[in-house]
Amino acid sequence: MQSEHESYWRENVRLITVCMIIWFTVSYGFGLLLVEPLNNIRLGGYKLGFWFAQQGSIYVFVALIFYYSHAMNKLDKKYNVHEEGGDE
Amino acid sequence: MELKTLTYIVVFSTFGLYFAIAWWARAASTSDFYVAGGGVGPVANGMAIGADWMSAASFISMAGLIAFLGYGGSVFLMGWTGGYVLLAMLLAPYLRKHGKFTVPEFIGDRYYSKTARVVAVVCLIIASLTYVIGQMKGVGVAFSRFMEVRYDIGLGIGMAVVWVYAVMGGMKGITYTQIAQYCVLIFAYTVPAVFISLQLTGNPIPQIGLGSTMADGSGMYLLDKLDLIVTDLGLQEYTTSKLGNGINMFAYTLSLMIGTAGLPHVIMRFFTVPSVKAARASAGYALVFIALLYTVAPAVGAMARLNLMNTIEPAPGQNLVYDERPQWFKDWEKTGLLQFEDKNGDGKIQYTADDTTNEMVKVDRDIMVLANPAIANLPNWVIALVAAGGLAAALSTAAGLLLAISSSISHDLMKGVFVPNLTEQKELLASRIIMTLSILVAGYLGLNPPGFAAGTVALAFGLAASSIFPALMMGIFSRTVSDKAAIAGMCAGIGVTMLYVFQHKGIMFIPGTSFMGGMEQDWFFGISPNAFGAVGALVNFSVAFLMVKLTGPAPDEIQHLVANLRIPSGAKAAAHEH
Repeated sequence: MQSEHESYWRENVRLITVCMIIWFTVSYGFGLLLVEPLNNIRLGGYKLGFWFAQQGSIYVFVALIFYYSHAMNKLDKKYNVHEEGGDE
Repeated sequence: MELKTLTYIVVFSTFGLYFAIAWWARAASTSDFYVAGGGVGPVANGMAIGADWMSAASFISMAGLIAFLGYGGSVFLMGWTGGYVLLAMLLAPYLRKHGKFTVPEFIGDRYYSKTARVVAVVCLIIASLTYVIGQMKGVGVAFSRFMEVRYDIGLGIGMAVVWVYAVMGGMKGITYTQIAQYCVLIFAYTVPAVFISLQLTGNPIPQIGLGSTMADGSGMYLLDKLDLIVTDLGLQEYTTSKLGNGINMFAYTLSLMIGTAGLPHVIMRFFTVPSVKAARASAGYALVFIALLYTVAPAVGAMARLNLMNTIEPAPGQNLVYDERPQWFKDWEKTGLLQFEDKNGDGKIQYTADDTTNEMVKVDRDIMVLANPAIANLPNWVIALVAAGGLAAALSTAAGLLLAISSSISHDLMKGVFVPNLTEQKELLASRIIMTLSILVAGYLGLNPPGFAAGTVALAFGLAASSIFPALMMGIFSRTVSDKAAIAGMCAGIGVTMLYVFQHKGIMFIPGTSFMGGMEQDWFFGISPNAFGAVGALVNFSVAFLMVKLTGPAPDEIQHLVANLRIPSGAKAAAHEH
């Protein structure tokens, strides 16, 4: 039981790490550190780096949270640690 | 209908709506009062978080900041949204699992220490109180500009409105009024943006309009046109102008993200949902509702800036004649937020980057959102809506903050530490009395803003980032961090942040008491005081881990508590377990 819970937690931490890398890449990476090279690419009237800083990173943040939430619901079931009647 | 009458009708009908909701959602128990009975669904909670989070600063000031900072304004857009990713993955589900009423209560339990709980209460009160002053000022300003009542009377009306629904309904009343306030504020924000985007680019969706070509037949992209206009005037290019140096933008964004995730009035909202699963989902919905405003804001900023420039100089060299200025120009001159000085005496308005020739001597950033509908010649009902939206944003945030303050005093200080045998009915009464007192204090500070009100953003986000966020995160992700380590970490984090802010901005922001000078060349790696919370957080983590090495890990029963936090099953509605 105890080691089951520990591998559940390890999988959770791994998932968080992956999400955090994406979180960092789209905001600090594309929006700040790499903004100048990316600005040479255009997305309509937007320079791409500028777009990531003012639009794109926010869309990715939203997608990340829903992805994480969905993946965790599956993980909860896999390790049988989901809440009783927690299907609301 | 006349604008003023229309504004009164719109604003007071929204107030009527809030009162009706408050009456319907009265609080009967401490569980209702602190966590809305623990039965708020994830979508509803997401909407309430949206209103709770988006304050007068988001609604009124942010687009104006972006309008004048251009690319540099991105730190606010990313910083105030990216924090929700941290909340959803690092804090919210586990804090919900713990199932208590307040943030300091979690810290007290996890670090098995009343001292830690009191330290957390102090951080919470300083952060929330400085924040609430800004909301009170926002209420006063919105009333005085749109409804032509005196600032202090406007502030008084705002205090009375918050008092009715916050004291009567507690978290339950606040939750349902916040849902209504979210609808009012998002409608008020997006309607003018849609109109303006349609006018300028022919595309009704502002997020796409900002990347589209101008509808004036020139075929030029809107952002390119804006870049051209501002560089012609000798200003920095809109789409590339930085805020300080690269390190400063990085640290600023990080501080705002960590600070967002550590603000107690936002975290508290996650205690109101029925399950761990719902806590994760509601962070996602919250960010959807927040992103609706935050992705429109850059369009509002850029388009308002373009409209302002075009009004003053419709074509190169053809400057607006002062006597022919439009009505909105005259209206905002009356408030002193817009000032013109005819330096070369030609009767025309020159707006340039050079101080010796620039004749627009004052253009307050806040007017970009407030005057935007008038600049774009939108109908009066849109302007009335903006007034109601600004008030909704300020009132909803103020209510959340006031609840955070009063619950930390009545539940953490009184029930938790000093008067442990308080009955539930007495605690409920005490929290209502403390809430009333907090409203009076907040109102008084809104009327007589102390010197440090100007630095509120730095202080509130800096404190949350350097003390509360690290303490919570370590409490979940490390089994071994002990009471001593957490307390030392929090004190060191706040200490370093406050020292840095004060040494550059003055002790308690009193001018002349700064001992390092406020100038940029004195900044550590060019990091501005507002951006220093990230460094404070780093100090907090380092000190805490060092203390664990020196003084040993937390006891076994706490390690079991942490193991239990990490597993969703067995979560109950937040309740008394004393």
